[in-house]
Amino acid sequence: MTKAPRKAPKKEQKQVETTGHSWDGIEEYNNPLPRWWLWTFYASIVFAVGYMIAYPAWPLMERATPGVLGFSTRGDVAEEIKRFEEMNAGIEKKLAETDITEVAQDPELKHYATQAGAAVFKTWCIQCHGAGGQGAKGFPNLLDDEWLWGGDLENIHITVNHGIRTEADEETRTGDMPAWADVLEPDELVAVVEYVLSFNQKDANAKLVEAGKVVFEDNCTACHGEDAKGDPDLGAPDLTNAIWLYGGSREDIMESVANGRAGVMPNWNARLSEADIKAVAFYVHGLGGGQ
Amino acid sequence: MWDFVKLAVLGVVAVLAAYAANQARDLAYLVHALIFMAAAGIAFLYTLRNFGEERVVETGYMDKVIRYGVIATVFWGLVGFFMGVYIASQLAFPWLNFEWAQGYLNFGRLRPLHTSAVIFAFGGSALIATSFYVVQRTSAARLWGGNLAWFVFWGYQLFIVLAATGYVLGATQSKEYAEPEWYTDLWLTIVWVAYLAVFMGTLYNRKEKHIYVANWFYLSFIVTIAMLHIVNNLAIPVSIFGSKSVQLFSGVQDAMTQWWYGHNAVGFFLTAGFLGMMYYFVPKQAERPVYSYKLSIIHFWALIFLYIWAGPHHLHYTALPDWASTLGMVFSIMLWMPSWGGMINGLMTLSGAWDKLRTDPIIRMMVVSVAFYGMSTFEGPMMSIRAVNSLSHYTDWTIGHVHSGALGWNGMITFGALYFLVPKLWKRERLYSLTLVNWHFWLATIGIVLYASSMWVSGIMEGLMWREVDAQGFLVNSFADTVAAKFPMNVARATGGLLYLAGACIMAYNLWMTVKRSPAAAEAPAAAPAE
Repeated sequence: MTKAPRKAPKKEQKQVETTGHSWDGIEEYNNPLPRWWLWTFYASIVFAVGYMIAYPAWPLMERATPGVLGFSTRGDVAEEIKRFEEMNAGIEKKLAETDITEVAQDPELKHYATQAGAAVFKTWCIQCHGAGGQGAKGFPNLLDDEWLWGGDLENIHITVNHGIRTEADEETRTGDMPAWADVLEPDELVAVVEYVLSFNQKDANAKLVEAGKVVFEDNCTACHGEDAKGDPDLGAPDLTNAIWLYGGSREDIMESVANGRAGVMPNWNARLSEADIKAVAFYVHGLGGGQ
Repeated sequence: MWDFVKLAVLGVVAVLAAYAANQARDLAYLVHALIFMAAAGIAFLYTLRNFGEERVVETGYMDKVIRYGVIATVFWGLVGFFMGVYIASQLAFPWLNFEWAQGYLNFGRLRPLHTSAVIFAFGGSALIATSFYVVQRTSAARLWGGNLAWFVFWGYQLFIVLAATGYVLGATQSKEYAEPEWYTDLWLTIVWVAYLAVFMGTLYNRKEKHIYVANWFYLSFIVTIAMLHIVNNLAIPVSIFGSKSVQLFSGVQDAMTQWWYGHNAVGFFLTAGFLGMMYYFVPKQAERPVYSYKLSIIHFWALIFLYIWAGPHHLHYTALPDWASTLGMVFSIMLWMPSWGGMINGLMTLSGAWDKLRTDPIIRMMVVSVAFYGMSTFEGPMMSIRAVNSLSHYTDWTIGHVHSGALGWNGMITFGALYFLVPKLWKRERLYSLTLVNWHFWLATIGIVLYASSMWVSGIMEGLMWREVDAQGFLVNSFADTVAAKFPMNVARATGGLLYLAGACIMAYNLWMTVKRSPAAAEAPAAAPAE
């Protein structure tokens, strides 16, 4: 291997004339335009002209020049959506027609429903229920086995389909936790809160618990039940465990009792296909809390 | 007589502002009316105190207003960089959006405060100060219009204060880089017309036959910004006593107007204006002639003609028709070489003086600045290509691109100009410390590299995660997944910003000590234009 020849010593800077102007001591050489600069500039102009011929470019009276490639951004998206829709058409139809309780029996359908459900969930549900379905104050956690409206496949399916307390759907889930401040006396409110606290907290005021029990039995058992374990048909939550949608502190519970609660969820049948709804219900059921 | 007119006008403005404050329909308007009243009141008292004093007709260069401009530039730079570090930290650590400051100091309110502070307060003050300096020197003429230059300076500072307080108080028309509401826009229009008059008047009085290239760029910046500002801010106030206004255009027309404005704010404020700065300070500091007069003519006119059409590339894949998006893209690509003309002229001016890179940290700063200019003016046309844009749009890549331009090009060339100007303006022999300039150089450079590279990684990752679909066409990632994945890059970018801010603090200290401690220069020759 021979050594590369050393570069020839740099040529003396060519003496170029200045323009003869001088501003505050600044002069200007009259160097020509660098060749590579000029040719690259020309090339970019040639490219631009070619691109304008190939793609939609110049607006005319009726419409713009369409370009010889027939490109359109909307057309591209429509085509891609169509491609996937055609590809998935068979299994989509099958999913829409299969009863949700039977989806798990077909491995292919089960896999598809889980994948599709996850995508639907990430697009439409995480804004309220959280990226992992963990929920937030006022938005139920979907990972545990505490369910306001029932946690089996069919009930989740109904909930997603028709929503909760949404005016747009007549079959929506509707339960009513009134503002008890309009009905009860202030001391009754305080007492019933202490009674509810006594189910799972040690610091309830024992003196008020007895009075609260009476208030509870007179007003609350219709929905929450004698044992306060709630009723999924009415969306009435279990009050005996430590899971609280709106917080379990004395102040939070007082707020819930005094002013009522009425969380809402949209009826997704207005936006999603039956297959998508089934898929997301199946996915949520599979997150860990499904019954 | 002139003093009587001034007093009368200022008095009327103060009274009208007081009346407007009394009628105010919202907090931002109230505060702004009070600021207007205070400004008019202070100017009134100042005029009254100097009433009837004999005026000494000054003939030398008008440098005091430039000294004020330099101070404002450093001050707003520090404010703007700090806000940047703070909001970058808010993105990495959301708890910095304090509960007690909701509605005032959360990210949404502070983000325009940061962008306006760096672009308009720091960059704008730098452009006004340097353009006043350069146009006087290269025309050998004093600034035209007497105290009009002072009106431009203080008027512009008032605009900055109105804009900044407005953002925190929620007065915004929600147009990026054009957030201030209608009355602030009107005020800026008045100030800008005065700026144009001062600049044109000085050029008219020039002793040199030809107009120096730096002044072409400054002039194109002033004229085009006036046009962009007026068209993009066409709005009808809901009430003359309230800050809210309604845009004249709507829908995609409004979006197109906004990005015609937004892109050319970059093109004429941050490119043309700062090229003016480069064309004076680089040859001055290098003590070399400009490389090519021809190139400066061709790239100037090509830049001016092509830039104005490139705006639609901000709206690829939106409601904007495909044809407009095509034109935006091809004009951006044709813009590549005209932009690089400035880089070539800047870098090649140093040929024959490359050894100065070793000994002069200010030259080094200017070279890095021009290099970043070249890099971001290549990156820009590349990102305007539809296919690239479909990956990069809405991601951190855009933020990284903007910052390699802003921190690298605009910031560094301004620092170079400030280091050049301060000893000259305060008649000092030299800077207080070149070692500190060196520190500033390295802190800023490392800061930019950290910032830009973390945003490239973060942006490309985001783009890939957003578009990722599985075999059946379902999205793989949720938006929140991408937010979580960006955390390390967000921390790196905040760190980069912190380094950059630290460098600027060192500069502020160094400039301060230059004024305080550096030995006075020998009597400067030719401080006055030849009369």
